Amino acid sequence: MSVTTVAGLDELVREVEDPELPHVTIGDLGIVRSVTIEGVVATVELTPTYTGCPATEQIRDDVADVIVGAGFVPDVRLVLSPAWTTDWITERGRRRLRRAGIAPPSCAAEPSVTHVEPPVACPRCGSRRSRLISHFGGTACKASYVCGACQEPFEHFKAL
Amino acid sequence: MDALLTYVLRQGDRALVLAQRLQEVITHAPEIEEDMALANLALDLIGQARTLYTYAGQVEGLDHDEDHFAYWRDQHEFLNPLLVEQPNGDFAHVIVRQFLHDAYALPFWSTMTSSTDEVLAALAQKAVKETGYHLRHSRSWVVRLGDGTGESHRRAQRAVDALWRFTGELFEADDVERELVAAGVAADPDSIRQAWQATVSEALDEATLTEPAAGVMQTGGRSGRHSEAFSYLVGELQVVARAHPGASW
Repeated sequence: MSVTTVAGLDELVREVEDPELPHVTIGDLGIVRSVTIEGVVATVELTPTYTGCPATEQIRDDVADVIVGAGFVPDVRLVLSPAWTTDWITERGRRRLRRAGIAPPSCAAEPSVTHVEPPVACPRCGSRRSRLISHFGGTACKASYVCGACQEPFEHFKAL
Repeated sequence: MDALLTYVLRQGDRALVLAQRLQEVITHAPEIEEDMALANLALDLIGQARTLYTYAGQVEGLDHDEDHFAYWRDQHEFLNPLLVEQPNGDFAHVIVRQFLHDAYALPFWSTMTSSTDEVLAALAQKAVKETGYHLRHSRSWVVRLGDGTGESHRRAQRAVDALWRFTGELFEADDVERELVAAGVAADPDSIRQAWQATVSEALDEATLTEPAAGVMQTGGRSGRHSEAFSYLVGELQVVARAHPGASW
């Protein structure tokens, strides 16, 4: 698909999906900082979620593929500042996380240290009778919970 | 070596070496959730190390990438403090080492958010969030072990006593640090020590553990003088990269 406008490319880039979060796009996650076009070169700035997140490289490659597909030379940059926060995850992103069985994060604003405070609502049955199993989960961004009502284990996207 | 390059490598090596030690524990933690936790801590530290090594390559100006600093330097070229290279021992030892480190790393990164060096300040903004999470985890385990059973208390105390002499090095100020502190690039070791001391004293007290008396501190890691155990760590870290130079997968 060939696009000619920044707005068109911006839309395509934001639809790239996170490889570890089913059906959640990088636009949903709020990690796309800017999309600019200068001549044949399209520059996209991304903010990594965690410094060690292995999905970052996959996302960078996927974004480059989209840019090439749109007919531009890709220049994908990672910018660390300002640091990403889960508060940048959009409402649509939060709905999609819940649908994927992952409880979305609460508000991370001040204090700046991450929180995982129960009670977190179970993404399957909605009960808040959940119990923290571990502050850590299968990826850096998640913590492990179990629901006391439906007994399902689930992951919670930590507020950061 | 350039002061800034030395400083960046010291911090990168601190993160990488501790991550390597943590990876050795994975599958040996007391519960599977803890295996995941330690892996997550290691992952964050590797992420920080990668950013620091990439920056070191830019500061050095010799076109070295992050892999060069991790895989192609020899033991004496690593500049991490001795604390993070200490062998794992039992779980209490792993956790106490982590706690003593995290109690340093949080005020370090917090101070670095206002560094005059833009790259370090930007990394600090991210690292401070991750490190706060690490400290909460390691601190809660120190309290749980110290104030747990007689056996867990004994082991936690043994770890504190064994590791204490490696803590002084974290706050050592040499010419590199002094020059960069004056330039507003580096964090002032004295103020970090105060924050560290407050965090550690409070946690040990809550954990019913005894803080060791001030004594002689072992140093040298940040100048490239390491323990024998460190050579095995470096050997394992580098063996694949050196056996297959330039390989990718």
